[in-house]
Amino acid sequence: MSEMLPPYATTGQKIWFWTFRGICALIFVFLITPILVVMPLSFNVEPYFSFTSGMLALESDAYSSRWYADILRNGTSWPANELLPWDGFLAWVWESVYTSAIRTIQWIIPFWDEDTTLKPNSEFWTDMWANAQWIRAIKNSFFIGICATLLSTSLGTLAAIGLSRDEMPFRRPIMAVLISPMIVPLVIIGAGMFYFFSNDFNVFNWFIEGEQPPSERFPLAYTYAGIILGHAVLGTPFVIITVTATLVGFDNSLVRASNSLGANPVTTFFKVQMPLILPGVISGALFAFITSFDEVVIMLQMATAEQRTIPRQMFSGIREQISPTILAVATILVIISVLLLTTVELLRRRSEKLRGMSPG
Amino acid sequence: MAVTEVGTDAPGGEARKAKQPKPAPLLAADGTPLRKKLRQALMLSRMRAFALVAPLLLFILIAFVIPIFAFMVQGFYDNEYAKFMPRSTEALADWDGESEPTEEMYAAMVADLVAARDHPDRPIGRVATRVNRELSGTRSLFTSTARKAARMEAPFKDAMIKADKDWADIETWQAVKVASTAWTPAYYAASLDFKYTATGDIVRQSEDRRIHVTLFLRTLEIAFTVTVLTILLGYPVAWLMANLPLRTSNLLLILVLLPFWTSILVRTTAWIAMLQGQGVLNDVADWSGINSMIVWAELRFAELGDMLWPSVWQEIANRFDVNLAYDRLALASLCANDVNQVLNQGQGALDGLAQRAAADLTDCATEMLAIYNANGVEAAVAKARELKADAGFAGYGDERFSMIYNKTGTLIAMTHILLPFMVLPLYSVMKTIKPSYLRAAKSLGATNWVAFWRVYFPQSVPGIGAGALLVFILAIGYYITPALVGGQDGQMISNFIDFHMRRSLNWPLAAAMGGVLLIFVLFFYWLYDRIVGIDNMKLG
Repeated sequence: MSEMLPPYATTGQKIWFWTFRGICALIFVFLITPILVVMPLSFNVEPYFSFTSGMLALESDAYSSRWYADILRNGTSWPANELLPWDGFLAWVWESVYTSAIRTIQWIIPFWDEDTTLKPNSEFWTDMWANAQWIRAIKNSFFIGICATLLSTSLGTLAAIGLSRDEMPFRRPIMAVLISPMIVPLVIIGAGMFYFFSNDFNVFNWFIEGEQPPSERFPLAYTYAGIILGHAVLGTPFVIITVTATLVGFDNSLVRASNSLGANPVTTFFKVQMPLILPGVISGALFAFITSFDEVVIMLQMATAEQRTIPRQMFSGIREQISPTILAVATILVIISVLLLTTVELLRRRSEKLRGMSPG
Repeated sequence: MAVTEVGTDAPGGEARKAKQPKPAPLLAADGTPLRKKLRQALMLSRMRAFALVAPLLLFILIAFVIPIFAFMVQGFYDNEYAKFMPRSTEALADWDGESEPTEEMYAAMVADLVAARDHPDRPIGRVATRVNRELSGTRSLFTSTARKAARMEAPFKDAMIKADKDWADIETWQAVKVASTAWTPAYYAASLDFKYTATGDIVRQSEDRRIHVTLFLRTLEIAFTVTVLTILLGYPVAWLMANLPLRTSNLLLILVLLPFWTSILVRTTAWIAMLQGQGVLNDVADWSGINSMIVWAELRFAELGDMLWPSVWQEIANRFDVNLAYDRLALASLCANDVNQVLNQGQGALDGLAQRAAADLTDCATEMLAIYNANGVEAAVAKARELKADAGFAGYGDERFSMIYNKTGTLIAMTHILLPFMVLPLYSVMKTIKPSYLRAAKSLGATNWVAFWRVYFPQSVPGIGAGALLVFILAIGYYITPALVGGQDGQMISNFIDFHMRRSLNWPLAAAMGGVLLIFVLFFYWLYDRIVGIDNMKLG
């Protein structure tokens, strides 16, 4: 339809043109509506997943932010029917910043003697940071996600550089193995890892002589290390795919030029190659992060209740006590994914510009 | 070789050639032959490339390939019995599985049971569970006999049969023999609805216990339906984006990518909010009267079908497992749910309805409850029957379609989640198809349809192939969405693997089912590599 509807189009053509557009519009509505519907529903004052008549009439008391407050409250000792004490918030932020600053200084200068235990005048916020279920899930998600991303991005980028060299031996089968975590059903990955990481079959126990009591082994199941390993495995295919895609347009004579000018391979990598493929590496890292950030199945198999991440918490929320708090979390996640999507798009454009593939 | 001989094809050339001195090889600066030097250099760069890949390869092997392989092997191995019952395992190994059980077998069994009861791990429950998987009902046989075993005296055969007459039954012993083999094809056989017998044969499972093949077929069916739906929905969208100016199509692309980047949990939650009985779609349908229209159309259509073409209609209905009664859609509604519950469970269901708030009741439930309160259970059930016989509850006005917690919900949510995986490869292929081909076809006299079907479509087939394979591969192992919105009939093979892994703790069966699933997936992955090439996989 690059030629818009020409003036000589027959009635039939006109009808078809607009019908086709209509169908496409409906498909886009199908794609986007569920994501949009979540947002207003998360402000429902009632504990339901449906629009009340008050919401449809746009009455202000049919909307509330109580489910967002519930994200902070759920799990703390703050009473359920009371408003959150916003007045202690700034004091809490100040305390946290102050305490961590003092801790850092003490870590650098060990003999620095400053009392870091301020008298807490913001009990709720301290309680929230330590005990709220969703906050713990958010902390877990970011911790696991960032660790897994670092691991998979560093290994994946190196491998992608090796894979895109012409002289790489067994390129195709190795590539097939490295991409396979993306296509093997997650349940199988989770079950296999749980089985292999649990005490009896843990690979790290192979290096320990003889029969060890369980406490001296490394049971990787139910540990952060095991989960991070699992998520890193899931993230690597995305890193490889995005970085190899960036390397397709990479001009290898730049590396030769750098080498001929006397740079060693490490300098060449960091000064020449890395800046050019950086956009691809960052998008790969973001893909790896979102994979970990959105992963439930391995969490179901390998994590304890303490280690729950956001999606894992949502999963049990949907199964056990379905409340609009999930919708509030979902709204926040949608906003995060909008931010990530924007970043990746900007990076892609920048990368194409760097490699001269598109003018804009 | 830089130097070549000319004219050696003279008679006797072979002999002369052998006598001539070999041409001196070209040398590198340090005196080694250039060919060797070149080979070394190539080898070095190969090693260097491989060294870059090696860390990740090692990582994937240790954390991914070996665990999965070990897990698959676990599907062949179960020493739960042999580990704790060594004597009877040995005795049973010599038994042919058909003749009368011998006294030695009984004696070994008693010795094992006594030893197992004294064992600090208390393994008798695990042993009983293992045998129970082969023959249900044997769990209590083992636990009860174990309690009496210490007091038994020779001849053990009579003593055991006296303790429980099931020990005289050869079937019990056959089950124990199967359970006692540690390396066994029993689980892989079971995952395909076969049974490994004591005589070493593999036979079909009895009719009522064949569940896994149905499950695999349902999984394939759901994956296939989702693939077809994504093609149907993705093709027009990809075409539109490929043929719009870049600025507009980039905007539309964001509408495709946003769902792609949004958490699966968020999208599944969103579909629960959309599809549930009191959800957004039902509200819209209820408010606009669409649901009444659908039920009405359904009734007329069914009547028409019955009138015009009864046999064909019946055939179609059978083929698609559609209930021909004209209350098909209405029966799926909440109102009909209540009626069916009352018909099936009687008083229990009515009591359940009475517990609910009056505002939450459907019209059918209100009516039945009123009669129940006035005239008792019998009258209420009669009313339910009457309601069911009524023309599909048409006119009740609160038919809400149950689109979730069943296969429909799974299909809708999965189609939505996997649609971007179809649109993106299609779009990237369609972008490369030049619009001038279509114009050329039209200028040569093709109609719009012919130009599309004969010129454009064949060129877009690689995109369809890439997208379809990717969607199918991802759909076949899907877990989260079926687990959350699948209800009973929307469960897929992954959900059962997880069930055996975490609930029933039957790890070998989980491994065997996983092994079969993995073979399917790897086959399609191989196909993908052959047809599309892994290198061509793109994201975003």
